[in-house]
Formats: sequence, C-alpha cells, structure tokens
Amino acid sequence: MKTIGYIIQKEFKQIFRNKGMLPIIFILPILQLVILSNAATYEVKNIKFAYIDNDHTSTSRSLIEKFNASTYFDVLTDFPSQEKASSAMLAGEVDVVLEIPHQFEKKLLKEKTTDLSITINAIDGAAAGVESVYVNQIVQSFNKDVKMNFRNTSNKIAQPVTIESIPSFWYNTTLDYKTFMVPGILVLLVTMITLFLSGMNIVREKEIGTLEQINVTPIRKSQFIIGKLFPFWVIGMGLLTIGLILAKVIFNIPMIGNIILLYGFTSIYILVILGMGLLISNFTDTQQQAMFISWFFIVIFILMSGLFTPIESMPKWAQLITEFNPIKYFVEIVRMVMLKGSGFMDILPQLWKTLLYAIIMNGLAVWSYKKVN
Amino acid sequence: MKEENVIEVNQLTKTFGDFTAVNAISFEVKKGEIFGFLGANGAGKTTAMKMLIGISKPSSGTAKVAGFDVYSQTESIKRNIGYMSQKFALYDDLTVKENITFFGGIYGLSRKKIKEKREELVSELGLENISNKLVGSLPLGWKQKLSFSVSLLHEPKIVFLDEPTGGVDPITRRQFWEMIYKAANQGTTIFVTTHYMDEAEYCDKVSIMVEGKIEALDTPKKLKEQFRVDSMNDVFLKLARIPSPTLPKGNGENIDRN
Repeated sequence: MKTIGYIIQKEFKQIFRNKGMLPIIFILPILQLVILSNAATYEVKNIKFAYIDNDHTSTSRSLIEKFNASTYFDVLTDFPSQEKASSAMLAGEVDVVLEIPHQFEKKLLKEKTTDLSITINAIDGAAAGVESVYVNQIVQSFNKDVKMNFRNTSNKIAQPVTIESIPSFWYNTTLDYKTFMVPGILVLLVTMITLFLSGMNIVREKEIGTLEQINVTPIRKSQFIIGKLFPFWVIGMGLLTIGLILAKVIFNIPMIGNIILLYGFTSIYILVILGMGLLISNFTDTQQQAMFISWFFIVIFILMSGLFTPIESMPKWAQLITEFNPIKYFVEIVRMVMLKGSGFMDILPQLWKTLLYAIIMNGLAVWSYKKVN
Repeated sequence: MKEENVIEVNQLTKTFGDFTAVNAISFEVKKGEIFGFLGANGAGKTTAMKMLIGISKPSSGTAKVAGFDVYSQTESIKRNIGYMSQKFALYDDLTVKENITFFGGIYGLSRKKIKEKREELVSELGLENISNKLVGSLPLGWKQKLSFSVSLLHEPKIVFLDEPTGGVDPITRRQFWEMIYKAANQGTTIFVTTHYMDEAEYCDKVSIMVEGKIEALDTPKKLKEQFRVDSMNDVFLKLARIPSPTLPKGNGENIDRN
C-alpha cells in the first residue's frame, strides 16, 4: 500500500509539472465541450428559401408570408422563372424553392385542392429531410387557416372532421439538441483524455528508460499498475466534474437522476478505458505508436457509440459490433441518468457489461505487462 | 576460509531466434569483489547483465545471484541488487530529493530511513544547494554519481553498473571510482561494465566477452602476464581483434591454469 502511495505521489508531481500537458488535460476539454456542443447540431436553421409566385393573389402572398414568419427560413427573393431558380440552386445560393402555380387561389376556392411544387437541395439527405418536414408543417398550418377563412366566407358548409395528433416530447420537451449533445460530448472528453494519457504515460517511461529501472526493483506488477493508473482515474473523475458544472452553468442541462449513480458508473467506466490504455502501451514501444493506435480505436468507438448517429439506424452487423463498445454504454447511461432520471435498476444491464469489460481489460493489461522478457 | 560466491553463472545462454547473443558463459563473483565485465560493443554484455538482474529470461544454463535462481526467483534477486543502466534512468522532471524519496519508497524503506538516507546522500555528494532542483538540469557527471548512490539506497548485496562512466570527464570518473571502492569496502559486490581500460585495471577480476563468449577471465595482473602485454588495453585489443584459437569455448578454463 505504501509503495503505491509513492508511485501516485510521483505521478501527480510529474503531471502537474508538465507545462505542456496541463493545458491539454484541463483547458482543451473545456473548449471542446463549449465549441462542439454549440456546433454539433441536428437542427437545420437559416434555410435559404426562394419562391416563384405565378399567382400574385392575396392567398399566395399569405402563404409566402408564413415562410417569412418562420424562424427556420431566410426568405431571399422571388424568382421570375424556374430557370433562374434552378441556376441559383446550382450556385448554392438557395436551398429550397417553392413554386406557386397559376390560379392557385382560384383552384383552392373552387376545387378545394391544388398543387404546390417544392424543390429541395438534397445533397445532405438528412438536412433535406428536415427541410421537407418544416415546409410541410408550414403548408399544413396554412391549410388550416384557409379552411377557417373559407368557413367564414362560404355559407357555413359543414367542415370535414380532421384528426390532429399533438405530439408530446418527453425528457427533452423543447427538443433542444444541446440537451442531447452536451452529455454525449462530456463522455467524449472524459474518454479521450484518460485513454491518451494512460496509453502514452507508460510508453513514455519505456522510451526514456526509466521503466527498465522500475522493472529491476522488487515492486509488484499490481502495485505499479495501480499506482500508475490511479492518478488518471482521478483526472477522469475531475473532468466529469468540470464537464457537469459547465453543462449546468453554460447550457443549463438538467440533472434529473442521481448524480452519485453517474459518478459510480463513471468510476467503473474509466477503469475500462485505463485498462485499454495500459494494454496499448504494453504492445507499443513509442508514444507515436501508442497515440496512433489509441486514435484508431477512439474514432471507431465514437462513431459507433450512438453519440452522433443513432445506433438503431445502423445495419445489423454494425449494431452487433457496438455491443463491444464501452463508449456506447457510457453515452447511454449519461443521457439516461441526466435527462431521464433513470435509477440503479434501469442502468443495471449497462453496469454489468461495463464491469465485466473493466475486469477483462485490466486482467489482460496486467497479464501482458511483463517485468521479465 | 573461502569467501562466499554471490554470483554463480554456469553455461548461461541467451538466443534471439538464430542469433546467440550470449553463448554459454560461466563465471563466479565473490562477495565484496569488483568484477569488471568487459567486451566490445555488441559483445553481449548488456544482454548477459539483463539476465542476471532478472529482467530477461535465459534460454539455457543456470545462474544464481545473491543465492537466488535467475529463472524462478527474479523478485528476490531484485530485492538484493542495485542497478544503474546505460541510459540515465532517474526522473528528469523530479528533483534530487524527490528521486531519492521515490526510489527509497518503492524499495520499501521506512519514511524515517528514507529521510536519513536522503540527508546523508545529499551531503556526501555535496548537493545541498541543488537538492530541490530538477535532476534534468544537472550536469551528466553529477547525474551519474546520484544515480549510483540511488542504486545503493536499499543497501543491496550486489550492484550492477552498465557503463556508468560513459561520457563523463576524467575527474568525475576518478570520483566515481572512489565511490565504487567505498561501496566495495563496505561489502557490496560491484559488477561493472566499461569501455575504459584504465578502469579495468581497478577491478579485482575481469572477464572479456567476444561475440557472446567469455574469452578471458582473471585478475588484470594475470591477464597481462598471460598475454605478455603491459596494459589491459593491449589485452583487450588482442582479444577483440583475433579471437585466440588456443582458448576453448569461452568458459575460460585454460586461463585459470596460468
């Protein structure tokens, strides 16, 4: 126990003395949280909207006015012809073009139905989908207004009964993407920093030759490894704390669940990542190799974690792979506990898997760390 | 009464694939002896030493260090030896005092003992003014002396020094050897590799390795007589250039007759 204390003491001194490393550990994650949380968004805003009004009636103008009033659309211009609109879209000046046909108002009054033509730039399919939904919403609401108007003017003809569904959004009632992203990015920074630091730390001692000196001492493998990894475990927990405070203060993310539960899960999760870092450092000889391998794994883990893209929409085989992704579980738990207020029993499946993962990873790491070649 | 052997090596071999780095070497080192382990670069000295200090598993042969087996009792060996590697292996980003505390700590010395040793060592080396400076800022000679002292912290029976004076100025080298003598007089066995042949003259016993084998093993005086030369330098040159055909496979038996 005392021996471990000496190693921990030494590690902390070295970490806090390393003027190049300190900002990377504490400042970069904060920047990352603040910048990424604001930038990584699913919301489609500032859509460049143009229209071709062939009708020029009060009805067509009121439809255009609806788009104007929406916060999602920047209404640019009206184009006199389709060709002009097409070339503007080609040049990237316009995302959505609405064409109102001739006799739009007349048809609407007489036949109670008419067509609108909407052209959407769909290079980014996801954005185009969202834009189409927005356009539909506006047209729907326009429809309702028109019906009301007609009811007022046209002899009180019985209106068809319409069924309207009113969605209620749970856990993130305002559909604020930051509420969704900030907890995820919190996961990202806790993971990246602890993996890189632990992976590079032991390789660094290999490079400068001090590891050989350590291997000639009677120190036990377990003592050395615990002493080495404990400081990074503390840093990981510290990063979680900084992240949670920023989430509350800057983004006002709710903390509905039990914060102790979150810390409890994180404490086990970080063990998985540290074990992984140690394993990588056992199989590499230079910091460069360790960095490259860590990066390789972290990119795959992050892209397959459900952090940015939902796991449900991945192909079956990819979903199977995500079962082995510790980041996936952490993302799930952080979101569950912070946003849904999930309790201990709710997170039990992820907890078990993570615990098992931690035991396997650290077991492999200790086994592969050799004092004797 | 004969003094006890603290190192006994018999037919010790290390191979890496087809390459035999250490080829069936045998020798003994007595308690309190300064044993010079010489050889050209790449002769296999460091590999041999790594087997003795328990960080490299031998391919065959037997060896006992401080009474413990190099195959099965490496951790017991490590408790009883000190080691100073070719590379400077203290922490550059810790101070003199912190390095001493750390290494004392992982050898399991008590807090009180560490404090005692720290003060003793700092005053012996005359490092009082810079004991709170980072080791990385010290000149190489001071680093090496500090490194040697740290390897003696836990009062080991044997201390292994791998080219301890490489790149060090002659005055520091002289001081370094005074430290070695002092440790040897207190009963510590010294196992040292070097490329400086004047240092070889200071040793009680010398072995010379050529291409993985020990080609000569005796006191410096007897080796010079055997090869009819005036200095260890010439002994070394004769051996390293043309491996002597009169010598058998490297356990040095027929040298012992002289």
